[in-house]
Formats: sequence, C-alpha cells, structure tokens
Amino acid sequence: MRLTDDEQAMRTGAFGPAVQWAIEHQIKVGSYLGADDFVPVTQAHIMADTESLGVAGVEWLERWAALPAHHRSVRIPTITDPRGTDFASAHKLKHQPWMLELERRAIAAFETLGVLMTDTCINYQTIMPPVRGEHCAYGDTGVVIYSNSVCGARSNFEGGPSALSAGLTGRTPRYGYHLDQHRQASLLVQVSFTPRELNEWGALGGIVGRLAGDYWQVPALVGLDRVPTSDEMKHFGAALASYGSVALFHMIGITPEAQRLDDAVPSGELRTHDVGEADVRAFQAGYTKAIDSVDLVVFSAPQLSLVEMQRVAELLDGKRATIPLLAVTSPQVKPDADRMGLTARIENAGGTVLSGMCFYQSYAREMAEANGWKRLATNSAKLTNILGGYGYKPALLSMEQCVAAACAGGKLG
Amino acid sequence: MSQIFHARAGMGRKLQGQALVAKDGFSARYDLDRIKGVFSRPEHKLAGESYVGRMLVLDAAKGGVATAWMLYEMQARGVMPAALVLNAVNPIMVQGVALADFTMISGFDCDITQAIPNGAMVEIDPNAERPHIRLIGS
Repeated sequence: MRLTDDEQAMRTGAFGPAVQWAIEHQIKVGSYLGADDFVPVTQAHIMADTESLGVAGVEWLERWAALPAHHRSVRIPTITDPRGTDFASAHKLKHQPWMLELERRAIAAFETLGVLMTDTCINYQTIMPPVRGEHCAYGDTGVVIYSNSVCGARSNFEGGPSALSAGLTGRTPRYGYHLDQHRQASLLVQVSFTPRELNEWGALGGIVGRLAGDYWQVPALVGLDRVPTSDEMKHFGAALASYGSVALFHMIGITPEAQRLDDAVPSGELRTHDVGEADVRAFQAGYTKAIDSVDLVVFSAPQLSLVEMQRVAELLDGKRATIPLLAVTSPQVKPDADRMGLTARIENAGGTVLSGMCFYQSYAREMAEANGWKRLATNSAKLTNILGGYGYKPALLSMEQCVAAACAGGKLG
Repeated sequence: MSQIFHARAGMGRKLQGQALVAKDGFSARYDLDRIKGVFSRPEHKLAGESYVGRMLVLDAAKGGVATAWMLYEMQARGVMPAALVLNAVNPIMVQGVALADFTMISGFDCDITQAIPNGAMVEIDPNAERPHIRLIGS
C-alpha cells in the first residue's frame, strides 16, 4: 500500500505503540483485500461486547489503555455498539458477576482511549447519521448496510479491532465499498410483494441475503410499491447483512445511488431472481413449523426505535405478559421512552425494557441455561438467524403475534 | 488432476493437517459453540463436529462482525481450528485473522469445497509466491 508521510510516521512509532499497531493491522488487512492506499474517515463505531472479547480481548484493550495519555487517544469521533449487559437489569437476565466485571473493565478501557460509550446499533437513527459520500469505519453489519444503502455513506464491515484502529489512525484501507466500482449491483431481485410488518421486511432481507451469498454481492430490488420507513429499512438491511454478509443494497427509485435502474445496474446481464409473498411466508414458516409455544419474547436486533417502543406499549395496553417479554432499546431512546411513559406502560404490563445491550450480544447461551429459555418468539429475522447457534429454537412472528404469545403464556396462535 | 489449488490471498504460517470440509459458510458467532469447540448451529452441514485443530475448508465468510474478536479469544484458549480455507472472505474474517495471527487463504478458480475431500491431509502455504492448499494424502 502507498503510505503518506503521516502514515509512515505512524508505522515507525512516532505516535506511540497503539497507533503503530493500528496502522500495521490496517496494512495487513488492506494488503489482503487489495487496497492501494488509505482513505480518511470521519467516524468509527466499535463492536466489542465482552462475550466476543473474552478475557483475552479485554486484557488486550487494557494494554493500550495503560499507555500515556498522548499515546492512547482516538483521533476521530469513535462510538460503541451495544454492550453485553444492561447493568440496571442484569439480575433479571441472571447475568453473572464475572460478566459484569468484565464489562466494567472493557468500558473503563474504552473510556480511557477516548471512546464515546453510545452502546447502540441504531446510531444512524439516534446519534449522527452519515451523509452521502461520507467515508466511515463502522462496526455492526446492520449499521454498515443501512449507512451504505439508505444514507449513501461508504464503509466496509469494520470488526472491533479494525474500527478501533480507524479511531486511532483516522483512516481505513481503501477497498470494497469505499470504491465506486464495488457499489454497482451484481444481482437483480424482482419483488412482487411489498412487506407490511417488520418481520416480513426481515424475512425479505433474509431471502435476498441467501440469494446474494457473500460480502461482495450487491443486490438491487425492483418492484416495491412504496418507500419503506426507517424501521423497515433497518429490519430489511439487518437481515440481509446477517443472512448474506451483504454490506450494500439498492432499491431502484428509492435509495440514493439508484434513482434509476441504470444508476446501479451496469450494462450487461445480471443474474435475476423473483421473490413473492409465498417466499416470505415459507421463510417464516421455516422457523415456526416445529414450535407451538415459546418461553420468552424478545424485541431486539436491532435495538428498538422510539416508534417501535410506542408500538410495543400500544400492543400491551390492557393486557398482561405472563412470560418474559424483553424490549431492548438504545441508551438514547430509553430516556425518551421513560419521559413519554412508554417504559412504564410496557413494564406495568409485565414486560421488561432494557437499554444499551442487544439480546444476542449479551451472553445468549448463558442466559438460556440460567433461565431455562429454549424457544423464543421475535419479530427480528436477524435474531432468528443468530440464535440457533446458541441453542435456541426461534419463531419469527409479527410484533402483534409476539405480544399475543407473551400474553397467552407463550402459546402461539 | 492437479493436487495443488492456488488462492488469491493468504496470511499466516505454512501448516499441515487434516481437512474438515463442507459446502457451507463460517461465522464464529453464528455457527460455533466456542467453549466446546464444535459447530453448533443445527442447520450447519458440520453441526456437532469438532473443529479444533482442523483445516477448515468452507465456502464463504458469513454473519456479523464478532468473529474479528472471537478468533483472538479462541486462539488465547487454544480451542481453535488450525487454519481457514474459504472460497470467499469478508473483511471481518481478514481482520480477525490479522489480530489473532492465524492462518487463512481464500479465493480460488474452482469451488475449493468440492476440490478437497473431507478428512484429507493437506498442506497450506499462505506465504508462497502464489498462496495454495495442496493435497498430501487421503
């Protein structure tokens, strides 16, 4: 990779060992993925729950945090993805003291590095949405795909170590979705059904993700009969990224880089697929066919917007959840939900509002064992995709069906 | 038939070992019970199989960003595959391999999961002028 004088100085240690490690790590990654040089980035977003970090990862962070102040600070706004617990409600989840201690150590290390502990995967709805053409280093696949596709920003998937590196160096290797040539569609999906519920948007994302198959594919959708809302885009994108490892999609006539078909679809033939309502129904049925009741209901992955919180509260009004119902939101939405009485409405009906965490990033396997949770209902297709590996049997239902199940002792209608 | 398969990129060390092969994806968070060292997602073609010490030959990197940390954590506990061989990587896999100082090669002219028999002995050289995987026995 070509390096500027500044980057050479970072590599030789002029800015201390943390920056030196960071640029060396970025050169390794950039070289593998064909980057010619670096691109400056304006924001970094770090995924670093302690289930992923483990003790080894936390100790690794603490080594950098122990450096002198002038050698350990990030140089661009650097924020965080959800943490591994909500300290205020950890006892309700039966999170163990060792988990909380590891979280506290990770948080202390990040704060020492100058990282802003936003603890959210919906920063594009709540913190600082990127603008079209802005180069970023985002972690969390849902954040990347929404920012790239809906906002027109430019980011690759940046795992925790690479996002932290970008925070420390203020740049990232220029490959993949930082480059125009990777942002053109590689497959066309003709949609004959426009979803109505968030779980249906997630199911559509899952189907397209399976069709796409890998990170370097860019699906373009045609045929949607209306502009999706931010929450609908969020669930569609999160599922597409989860099932397909996809980082960018276009919706022709809707998303900013695809106002016309030929904006996003290069000349020549593209593989084309048709997706209709029967496919969406079959996708969902695949998750519910063997389950007639659930142990808990989870709204999470991504964290709920204020509008989703309002919807959960409305659905619970006048009812009572008789199995655990968890509504997980961000630390930015939670105070608004408190102030507007949404938290009280959900909790007075037997639900639990959690903030700053995400269900699957919060020791999902240990929670299952400690609480006897096995079967779970959710309206998040992303969550259904992840939780099978943690030993759960997930059912993908609408928010309304999930609430109904929670109020019927877990029995599915 | 050629017994050597060239990759477009590689990182790590030259290694020999037994291949564990499937036409399926790889994500540390989605697919593994990292404590027991087995594939745990029921739908995965290697569900229930131990990956510890094996040369994993799979189709594509999948899932979220957690693998970037998890490979390092798995390496620290020693409950880890020996190497990864993938048709297609995503940046997360590359970032995780770089942090963990692990071995991976990726990008082939053929479907590598069809070219390498499950259980075969293989040699991986990520640092050769053309990184490759070579069959050395069945």
